[in-house]
Amino acid sequence: MKKSMYGKFGGQFVPEVLMPALTELEEAYERYKDDPEFLKELDFYMKEFAGRETPLYFAKNLSKKYGIKIYLKREDLVHGGAHKLNNTLGQALLAKYMGKKRLIAETGAGQHGTATAMAAANMGFESEVYMGAKDVIRQHMNVYRMELMGSKVNAVESGSKTLKDAINEALRDWVTNVEHTHYLIGSVVGPHPYPMIVRDFQSVIGKEVKEQIMEKEGRYPDSIVACAGGGSNAMGIFYPFIEDKEVKLFPVEAGGKELKTTEKEALHSASLCVGEEGILQGAHTLILQDKYGQILESSSVSAGLDYSGVGPELAHLADIGRITPCTVNDDEALEAFYELSRLEGIIPALESSHAIAYVMKMAKIGKLEELGDLVVINLSGRGDKDLEAVFKLKEEETKEACQ
Amino acid sequence: MRIGDKFAELKEKNEKALIAYACAGDPSAEATKEIVHALVKGGADIVELGMPFSDPVADGPTIQAASTRALEAGMNPDMYFEMAASIEENVPLVCMTYYNLIYKRGNEKFAKDCAEAGITGIIVPDLPAEEADELHVACKHNGVDLIFLITPVTTGKRMEKNLEKTSGFVYIVSRLGVTGERVDVAESTKNILARIDTEVPKAVGFGISNGQQAAEVIKAGADAVIVGSAFVNIIASGENVNERVEKLASELKISCR
Ligand SMILES: Cc1ncc(COP(=O)(O)O)c(C=O)c1O
Repeated sequence: MKKSMYGKFGGQFVPEVLMPALTELEEAYERYKDDPEFLKELDFYMKEFAGRETPLYFAKNLSKKYGIKIYLKREDLVHGGAHKLNNTLGQALLAKYMGKKRLIAETGAGQHGTATAMAAANMGFESEVYMGAKDVIRQHMNVYRMELMGSKVNAVESGSKTLKDAINEALRDWVTNVEHTHYLIGSVVGPHPYPMIVRDFQSVIGKEVKEQIMEKEGRYPDSIVACAGGGSNAMGIFYPFIEDKEVKLFPVEAGGKELKTTEKEALHSASLCVGEEGILQGAHTLILQDKYGQILESSSVSAGLDYSGVGPELAHLADIGRITPCTVNDDEALEAFYELSRLEGIIPALESSHAIAYVMKMAKIGKLEELGDLVVINLSGRGDKDLEAVFKLKEEETKEACQ
Repeated sequence: MRIGDKFAELKEKNEKALIAYACAGDPSAEATKEIVHALVKGGADIVELGMPFSDPVADGPTIQAASTRALEAGMNPDMYFEMAASIEENVPLVCMTYYNLIYKRGNEKFAKDCAEAGITGIIVPDLPAEEADELHVACKHNGVDLIFLITPVTTGKRMEKNLEKTSGFVYIVSRLGVTGERVDVAESTKNILARIDTEVPKAVGFGISNGQQAAEVIKAGADAVIVGSAFVNIIASGENVNERVEKLASELKISCR
């Protein structure tokens, strides 16, 4: 097996221009990942800037309602409001050690773009963020945030105007400016070594959970549930538990309106559950495509999960049966958004709402037993960014009901 | 026609090659056939036919838009091969596309379909040598050239490996960036041509759009110039397309003589 592979998935399907940059990045990562000075600096940023460690919070009201013990890993409390900063601090620091001057990033929900803008401002990089025009509208508070911190935000008008198209545009920028620019990918996607690097920087989530749950419960959880767009918060919390076979791992994908595809688009974003093998944006993975291999546009109420592919390592772990991919639809996610807000006083991101919704859904269909009685849900982000979108949906619903 | 035979023929005549690009199906399969005819009539020695892909990451706005128009007009790989098979010009045809369309069809079947449709070369901008083994085997097996790329940042061992693997010609990407017209010829073009050492014909592309640029590139040692976006822009305008395409091809070809 080539070292760029995750099982039969992964690889480096990129233009020739980028190959030297990927090699340079991999070598730099190998050099610094165990370097005491690098780790000390990263640790400082994680503690003092990001606010780690994050609590593993016992959700007592949710637990009471469902009759099992439910813990929430509070990544919503990370500076910026999502797990994304764990990765951007790591990669930005690496880019600094590599002597790069400029960071570029793609963003869906705007959380990764925001986290990139934070790292860039703090560490003194020039930064530019690509965001699908559709996402610029549905997540425009995040656009203001990025601009406030000095990032240039480019609305991408091509294709479906969402995350996939933002990645295409970031790749085009990188191809042009590769010599002094680091492409700070926001999830465990893209060509090797990105899926590995992002996974490693996000693994801080799972490492903390391991210690915290032992302290609180004296044992590992029966299951861990996390939403999966590209899959970085899922890989981050799963990875330290991969060898602990008794812990079940559930990546929850966006089921969108329903698990169907038309000729041009998928009404969902469930590449792990119903995608096929293919090559997208640098990696051999599971993707949504038509019979010729044209990429289908994806769909989800949550911008951060609205992606036609998924990280290659998740595809591999699903292939060997170590993780159990599942979906919840838009309505179920919205219901969870309301329920967590009401029951626990925590407003979750629409992305994270998918993870919570999965537990609710299992309860509803009488299969909660499959999750066991000690469950950790990765609360990957907070929902402030989604309020406007959710209220709009509610308005539309009310209008429809009146007609 | 094989690419090697064309270069041999040109060598006899002491000429360099004009390689012209058009996106198949933009704006329709029928129109593409006429455009190919006009390109060849104007002087194109090799025609690169883009097979449109939904996510063309190596292309700038011009070819992105062409791909979108072609896809919206219904172009797909089955139609592509049908159309290519019906082209009767006596020049090598080269397929340029992205790897997922090849992977989905199957490497072997894709190469075989190319051979049967009279396509004798394949360029895949998102398939570096490291990932190309299967397609390489399939191409050899079917008598189709697989063309690799050299860029301003391809050096040392990578350069050697890509030169060793490429056949037909080597595609020299003249500058960092995506496809699209530029006003000047990059200094990097001359640098690469100066440091490249190969028997395979050297074709330079990315950013060349007029006779003067073509002449500069040829003077710097190229065996061929590749011109894409300049033709695609004419096609996109929809005005006197065939005449103008032919005229531009003949202007460019003058620089190759
Ligand atoms: C809060 C939150 N959770 C999850 C995601 C999805 O990304 P990933 O699957 O890489 O964790 C996003 C992406 O924007 C996000 O903002």
